[in-house]
Amino acid sequence: MAKKTHVETTLNGDAREFLVEPRQSLLETLRDVLQLTGTKEGCNDGNCGACSVLMDGVLVNSCCVLGVEAQGRTVETIEGMGTTDNLHPLQQAFIEETGMQCGICTPGFLIASKALLQKTPNPTEDEVRLWLAGNLCRCTGYDKLVRAVLKASKAMEAA
Amino acid sequence: MHYFDYAAPTSLGEAVKLLAGARGDARILAGGTDLIVNMRVGRRKPGLVVDGKHIPELNELSLKTGGLTIGAAVSCRRIWEHAEIAKRFPALIDSASLIGSVHIQGRATVGGNLCNAAPSGDTIPVLIALGAVAKIMGPKGTREVAAEDICVAPGKTSLADDELLVSVFIPAPAANSGAFYLRFIPRNEMDIAIAGTGVSVVLDAGKKNFVSARISLASVGPTPIFAREAGALLAGKPVGEDSIQLAADAAQAVAKPITDMRGTVEQRKHLVKVLTTRALRAAVERAKGA
Ligand SMILES: Cc1cc2nc3c(=O)[nH]c(=O)nc-3n(C[C@H](O)[C@H](O)[C@H](O)COP(=O)(O)OP(=O)(O)OC[C@H]3O[C@@H](n4cnc5c(N)ncnc54)[C@H](O)[C@@H]3O)c2cc1C
Ligand code: FES
Ligand code: FES
Repeated sequence: MAKKTHVETTLNGDAREFLVEPRQSLLETLRDVLQLTGTKEGCNDGNCGACSVLMDGVLVNSCCVLGVEAQGRTVETIEGMGTTDNLHPLQQAFIEETGMQCGICTPGFLIASKALLQKTPNPTEDEVRLWLAGNLCRCTGYDKLVRAVLKASKAMEAA
Repeated sequence: MHYFDYAAPTSLGEAVKLLAGARGDARILAGGTDLIVNMRVGRRKPGLVVDGKHIPELNELSLKTGGLTIGAAVSCRRIWEHAEIAKRFPALIDSASLIGSVHIQGRATVGGNLCNAAPSGDTIPVLIALGAVAKIMGPKGTREVAAEDICVAPGKTSLADDELLVSVFIPAPAANSGAFYLRFIPRNEMDIAIAGTGVSVVLDAGKKNFVSARISLASVGPTPIFAREAGALLAGKPVGEDSIQLAADAAQAVAKPITDMRGTVEQRKHLVKVLTTRALRAAVERAKGA
């Protein structure tokens, strides 16, 4: 049996240390080891985007990353995005445009949208659709989400 | 997932030693978008996972006059974000920007795509069409292998157990050349190619005749196919529909697809002709603009 590995990382801006088995994915590490359950498991094979996080600022599916790979790197999850009293402009726009969907897919949609706006503050509708194509929702359309992201982009621009 | 050990070597020498010590029971981890998914379902069960991302040579992404070197751990996203590479190697971007989602492209590598040796690997036909050469390192040193000689069976490469891919080198495009990659999927995003075609063409100075061409196909055989003769047919032929149809027919003839849940033999054969035709037309347009 493989020994647990000691990992030091920067998680939502804070230095964190933890022990994981190499076979634990970053998703499992976040949820089961660090009790950060905002990152969700949908498919566990890279298709649904529910587990989206930023690693060194890059959008990735945490189910396709090993927890040990977080060594020396920065990880940002939905927990680092806004607080109940101080919502991120994307969270605010998701509520206003009824883009807030179920608890499984919404965190991933928010993280992917945040990653997009960090790279492209003024995206076109096509760009938004392309970036959200890696996040699946089986229940509804993407129009409200797309509107919410475009609205947040304007709000952040104005701020 | 099964239990395994993890190592993150910081030099090529260390990595090769780890592979040799594992006697076939190790896998290199690049982006993990194939490896981790395959380990989770039990399709691969290495006792040792060797993370290649801390080895400098595997992180190299350099554009020189002679050509482009892509380290085996360089993500597709790093490639398409590089404006100069995107400009000079648009066919590479055609494929690197359609693998999975942006999320997947943040991790997925061209090296991993090649070493995973899936018949549907989207960057492989492009590497073959562009005449890419893989640099492989083992206990006896390095060797160079043409991209078309890497994949030998579904999921199997010509690399030995104690070898790893260091980088791929794509020679600088010739004057008056153009390349293109096209695939067919039922959705707009996030799907596996039912058929794909990567082509590159070189035209003469007047852009009236083909000097040479290379054509490669995805998802229509047990490995990506180098349709060498189909491309060679174009040499010396006038640039135009008749020549393109000749090559597309020849490409169709070498496709050996199977019927599965994603497509039938007939559909795939048909697609090879359509995709090759369109990719050649588009590559010619790029060559004319070059
Ligand atoms: C949701 C999803 C969608 C996808 N969509 C596409 C798609 O549209 N098109 C497509 O082509 N693929 C697709 N893939 C497959 C995958 O993303 C690509 O094949 C990717 O390029 C693999 O790169 P990687 O760095 O993640 O490889 P890894 O998973 O790290 O490695 C893949 C294989 O290559 C071996 N390997 C890696 N690096 C080396 C090396 N340096 N030397 C020797 N062996 C090595 C590994 O051991 C492993 O067996 C998709 C995957 C997912 C999960
Ligand atoms: S749980 Fe990771 S992509 Fe679906
Ligand atoms: S999957 Fe969350 S609302 Fe559809």
